Amino acid sequence: MKQIVVLSGKGGTGKTFVSASLSAIAAPVVSVDCDVDAANLALVLEGKDVLTEDFSAGRRAVIDTDACTGCSDCIDECVFDALSLDDNGTAVVDEHKCDGCGVCSLVCGEGAVSMKDNLAGRWFVRRTQSGFLVHAALGIAQDNSGKLVARIRQEAVNTAEKESLDTVIIDGPPGIGCPVHASVTGADLVLAVSEPTVSGMHDLKRLIDLCRHFEIKCAVVINKFDLDISRSRRIEEMIEASGLVSFLGTLPFDKQVPLNMALGIDPLEISGFGPLMKNIWEKTLEMLK
Amino acid sequence: MKVAFASGKGGTGKTLFATNLAYRAAGKGLAAAYVDVDVEAPNGHLFLVPSDTSSTRLSVEVPFLKTETCSGCGECQKFCAYNAIVALRDTVMLFPELCHSCRGCMRVCPEGALAMKKREIGSISRGFRDALAVYTGTLDVGEARAVPLIEGVLESVEHTELVIIDAPPGTSCSAMASVDTADLVVLVTEPTPFGLHDLTLAVEMCRALGKNVSAVINRSDLGDRGVFEYLEREGIETLAAVPFDKSIAEAYAAGKLAYENSSELANALQSVEDWIIKSMPAGKEIAS
Repeated sequence: MKQIVVLSGKGGTGKTFVSASLSAIAAPVVSVDCDVDAANLALVLEGKDVLTEDFSAGRRAVIDTDACTGCSDCIDECVFDALSLDDNGTAVVDEHKCDGCGVCSLVCGEGAVSMKDNLAGRWFVRRTQSGFLVHAALGIAQDNSGKLVARIRQEAVNTAEKESLDTVIIDGPPGIGCPVHASVTGADLVLAVSEPTVSGMHDLKRLIDLCRHFEIKCAVVINKFDLDISRSRRIEEMIEASGLVSFLGTLPFDKQVPLNMALGIDPLEISGFGPLMKNIWEKTLEMLK
Repeated sequence: MKVAFASGKGGTGKTLFATNLAYRAAGKGLAAAYVDVDVEAPNGHLFLVPSDTSSTRLSVEVPFLKTETCSGCGECQKFCAYNAIVALRDTVMLFPELCHSCRGCMRVCPEGALAMKKREIGSISRGFRDALAVYTGTLDVGEARAVPLIEGVLESVEHTELVIIDAPPGTSCSAMASVDTADLVVLVTEPTPFGLHDLTLAVEMCRALGKNVSAVINRSDLGDRGVFEYLEREGIETLAAVPFDKSIAEAYAAGKLAYENSSELANALQSVEDWIIKSMPAGKEIAS
């Protein structure tokens, strides 16, 4: 089984467009939307969710106000600043700040703090035209996005094994932090979608450094290359000079892409993109050999 | 007054609006700071190119084994909610990049074998572009936890009349930490179904945190009516709508402050600024 993760560093460069297109070309595949706190792939890969599961992660402190004496030990020891005394003189937890570490429960002399499991979101398996899509929705104002990413990555592998599919295409989150690490772990190739802007270039460099850090192969697609052709060239040169990263090709700017995608139009049918994406996919397969 | 520019979806124009607005306001005499807390992909400095920059490193606390007395009892592993410790037969294996610095492992160790040490995760730099103070948080490549650095950057900002916070995309812990101390949140969106989907999540996140939100619609002519209708229905004020303009896209691509070449963008920034000024408790005036 091969797992390809589409990343970018900078947001809005076209990860979801590329992920959806490659899923259509390589079908049948298992696609995964790992941008769990702003998930969009399910808006493109339409179909029917055949499985829906709650996702619990982390814990939250709960105060037994009858037992709490207001001694403030928990408040003093909480490094997340999640506890305070309310007007009744008993401890109260700020759910958004509580990290679920359990130190308050440990230090409370009255046994007034317990830790309860936290419902952090839900995940879904969908049957689509290109195979399967594993996607998720992180709960509002929840942390634990990295754990949810790890969970749906596992589910994608399970689905691929069950359905005898050998390709997993992962639409990753922006950035290079925790949920990106969870998206990259165990993947065979990072497909970086860049754009010819100073921001796109800057964030691509950081993403390439991250690939080096994790010792994972990296290949680059420049999207919207014609918005600044000379800067696109410079990105290509930067990639060639690095010697470690492969260049897969360019895609033109087309302002109709987002709306066409949202209308459920096959991304390969959007004017001129089909052959370009096929070429990118063939080069990707070469790299995975 | 602290104003955060946030969005659910990436690439909607947070940095475009935050950098241009902050620089323009500072040019008119308002004591202003631009604070980039998109620490995984900080880009504001590419447009503001601050000079006289000084930089400090930010550290978090992580455990280390200080003695050879580890009995391999596993109490630390059992306590750790972050899978950052694995107990072996007579020692522990530590994964500091997963640690959340709660100090619980140190407390539960019956041998007193664990202590805390500092681990650097990123840097905070401060410089100036003319009168504008420019702060940037940069997470070290390979580090996972952005939140302590985001909090560190925000704490390092010296008191000024106007603090413009450039937040990361998403609605998870990093985005929450970035808007947490803001008085006002401006959500930068685009009128596509993707923009709408992620805007809805960002609004819900802000409301859960008790924040008042308003919106700026970027590339307002490239899309459908969904975002406009949603904002209307939710009673969220739209401060400005900026149509797609190739000269803005080109200036942004080249790392320039785009408002200097786009009256449309300059007008939009003025509307946002007027709203910020109106929202300030003292009703502070900026000379135009």
